[in-house]
Amino acid sequence: MRNAFADEITKLAAIDPRIVLLSGDIGNRLFDKFKKSNPRFFNCGVAEANMMGVAAGMALSGLRPVIYTITPFTTTRCFEQIRVDVCYHKVPVIIVGTGSGLSYARLGPTHHSCEDLAILRVLPNMTVLAPADGAELRLCLRAALKLKGPVYMRIGKKGEPLIHKKNPELRIGRSITVREGSDVCLISTGTLLPVVMKTAESLVSQKISARVESFHTVKPLDQETLTEVFSHYALVAVVEEHSRIGGLGGSIAEWRVRQKGLKGELIGFGTEDEFMHEVGSQDYARRKYGLTVENISHRVLAALGKITA
Amino acid sequence: MNINELQEIARQVRASIISNSHRTRTPHLGSCLSCVDILVAAYFHGLRVDPKNPKAPERDRFILSKGHGAPALFHVLALKGFYPESMLESYGQDGGVFAEHPPIPDHLPGIEAATGSLGHGLPIGLGMALSARIQEKNYNVVAVLSDGECNEGSVWESAMMAASQKVNNLLVIIDFNKWQATGRSEEVLALSPLMDKWRAFGWEAHEIDGHDMLQLTQSMSRVPNSKGRPVAVIAHTVKGKGVSFMEDDNNWHYRIPTADEVSAAFKELGVKL
Repeated sequence: MRNAFADEITKLAAIDPRIVLLSGDIGNRLFDKFKKSNPRFFNCGVAEANMMGVAAGMALSGLRPVIYTITPFTTTRCFEQIRVDVCYHKVPVIIVGTGSGLSYARLGPTHHSCEDLAILRVLPNMTVLAPADGAELRLCLRAALKLKGPVYMRIGKKGEPLIHKKNPELRIGRSITVREGSDVCLISTGTLLPVVMKTAESLVSQKISARVESFHTVKPLDQETLTEVFSHYALVAVVEEHSRIGGLGGSIAEWRVRQKGLKGELIGFGTEDEFMHEVGSQDYARRKYGLTVENISHRVLAALGKITA
Repeated sequence: MNINELQEIARQVRASIISNSHRTRTPHLGSCLSCVDILVAAYFHGLRVDPKNPKAPERDRFILSKGHGAPALFHVLALKGFYPESMLESYGQDGGVFAEHPPIPDHLPGIEAATGSLGHGLPIGLGMALSARIQEKNYNVVAVLSDGECNEGSVWESAMMAASQKVNNLLVIIDFNKWQATGRSEEVLALSPLMDKWRAFGWEAHEIDGHDMLQLTQSMSRVPNSKGRPVAVIAHTVKGKGVSFMEDDNNWHYRIPTADEVSAAFKELGVKL
């Protein structure tokens, strides 16, 4: 995904002189092409609070700064600068968190980010995006540059499979139907979409037809799709590589409790309220928290009464 | 505008701030009085700003990073003509625009950045200074920081980046009144040698008397800097400057003056109530 980001931002900056790329001393070689063709690249060093303020100052001056750094350092590290300098001023800064969720499972909890959706979506004026693959990422970036306010976009690292074989129609605030189905609706956000798609395929053998929605936008919440989905399906499952507290599942639960007459039951998959102490790959971490085809299918079947839990 | 005229404006601003604090029961009087001369020298001498065109692309940018000096800034902006002075009557009132810290630019003409949480103004100002280079514009950026504010790590992050980027249109003025909210700034977190610190961070640095209008106006012309460096001016000031019983008394960080104290202050300032 990060290569798709580097490629897309290089292309976009070539035609939009307002785009400035700021990095917090990461992306060695990744932005070589950008730097070669464009002087508007700033390595801001290991100083994220300053970087966020600098971006706000640039946006207040009519530029379109895009910040790229590993997720915890561009979110939790400089949260107050995001809140005051970016969100309160309502300036068009795009904050990209790379290696989000458990992408950097092996690097330990300092590099995990299972809180970012929760803390960023609570900020007024903020748009929160979590594209599923390189195609969604490119489209999200293009759409974000058309907005007049701040955007946070969490992305993976590299090697995530491309789910969309051709570009889907992507509008911020509207989810993408990736698979049609009639018995259950699986809502995925971010890079877990391949797992969710495989879950839907595995449910076929159990005679369950699953629809899959990719919620590349966490905020603003796609209430139209949610209303439709919760009206039609007895079960809606939200899957995210994020704490079950405060993420997309939390957001949908907040919304769901205010609605009347919707039949769908909501279940959620995400990480536990804990730091992951054991070392492991991203796959290991996903297994640990039940973000697997087997576990999701099992719980969906149980919730549908097809098996006993 | 000559030095005497600038001093006269500063006197009027001091009087307005003191009566405003009494009327609205709002604090930070000492902090406001220490930076009045800096603000007056900036807005009535140094800055190229036009109150009739507050968003002009080539205007100089001024950020009061020590946002708790907002009452001083609000009065100076009104006197400069960014909005009618009568608007200040709503200071601190329910539903009004004047909080105890500067709002975002959309909400009040003349404001470049909302501040109040310390350590934010310099990074934002640096972003603006770099934007001038990117967009090939000729404006300067002036940020006023307090000495207590230099506790914040973000100030020093920003200082390093400004130096590495060889920014020549960024002027920081430290309102060095030797106090922060609860104690002597030197004792809370060792600040000195403050000028050497800025120099060590790659800045051109100067020390001045922060109440001397001549030195202040001269400082304003240190940007754009011919050596291609950002400039820090350490302005030695007195907290509560201008009223003998408020000077260098940190109680006036939060204290509200009584009616009698307002009268005494006006008398000292030579301003009629």
